[in-house]
Amino acid sequence: MTAAEKYVAAAYLVVFVVVLAYVLIIATKLARLEREVAELTELAQARVERQPERKAVAIG
Amino acid sequence: MLPANRLPVLAAAALGLMVAAIAVVAYVAPIDADQGLSQKIFYFHVPVALTAYAAFGWGAWKALRHLWRREPGADLESYVAIHLGVIFGVMTLLTGSIWAKISWGRWWVWSSDQLVLFLVLFLFYAAYFMLRFSVDPGPRRANLSAVYALFGVALIPVSFLAIRLSNDIIHPVVFKSSGPDMSGTMFFAFCLSWAAMLVLAATLYHVELAGKRLDQRLKELREVLVT
Repeated sequence: MTAAEKYVAAAYLVVFVVVLAYVLIIATKLARLEREVAELTELAQARVERQPERKAVAIG
Repeated sequence: MLPANRLPVLAAAALGLMVAAIAVVAYVAPIDADQGLSQKIFYFHVPVALTAYAAFGWGAWKALRHLWRREPGADLESYVAIHLGVIFGVMTLLTGSIWAKISWGRWWVWSSDQLVLFLVLFLFYAAYFMLRFSVDPGPRRANLSAVYALFGVALIPVSFLAIRLSNDIIHPVVFKSSGPDMSGTMFFAFCLSWAAMLVLAATLYHVELAGKRLDQRLKELREVLVT
């Protein structure tokens, strides 16, 4: 491999690695969002369970 | 705002264009008579730099929309565009340094106005994040960030024209008033690479924006559920 080939490969690799790092960071953030959604779902379910059952009443 | 079902199409287009660009650069574009194989860095370095300019420009446009029309979400869009511009700026500086080393024998040349002005532009936008995160979230932060983003956009034409105005003998000028100084095949490879970079940037922009919007909505939902 010549010096020019090495430098060209390095330049293209830099672009690839930076984009890959960016995608990894986004993937980490998405995993955090997924955890938060699960947490909020549990919170919402617990809130529904805590509410007293409503009884049907005759109107009029 | 891009519909959610269009994002995979955009991502597939970015992948397809990127593969096509690499193939054309590697197998179709001729080897430069003057610089040899190292000139092939041009096909990624310049499109990456132009995409960084485009991202900063888009960020400034969204900042203007925020200040002028109070467009909802424009502040977040401006922030994401500038974030992406800085990432493409990092790639520009790294690929440029590699090209400088093989062409000029040095990683960086301080006497080149083009290089120094791009570094100034990059550092200016890197400081945007320091300003943004030093102010509490709210209208004040959005306004300050928008004004800063608009100031920065003035550096783009300066950075772009510097090489033409200063008679820089180190950094090459490819795009002249008479047209591009390269063969048709080289120009095609360049255009394809630039299209690939722009579509890649658009994909990353929409992915990050969707994540940030989701984050905001989850915060609002948490506030509702906790109270």
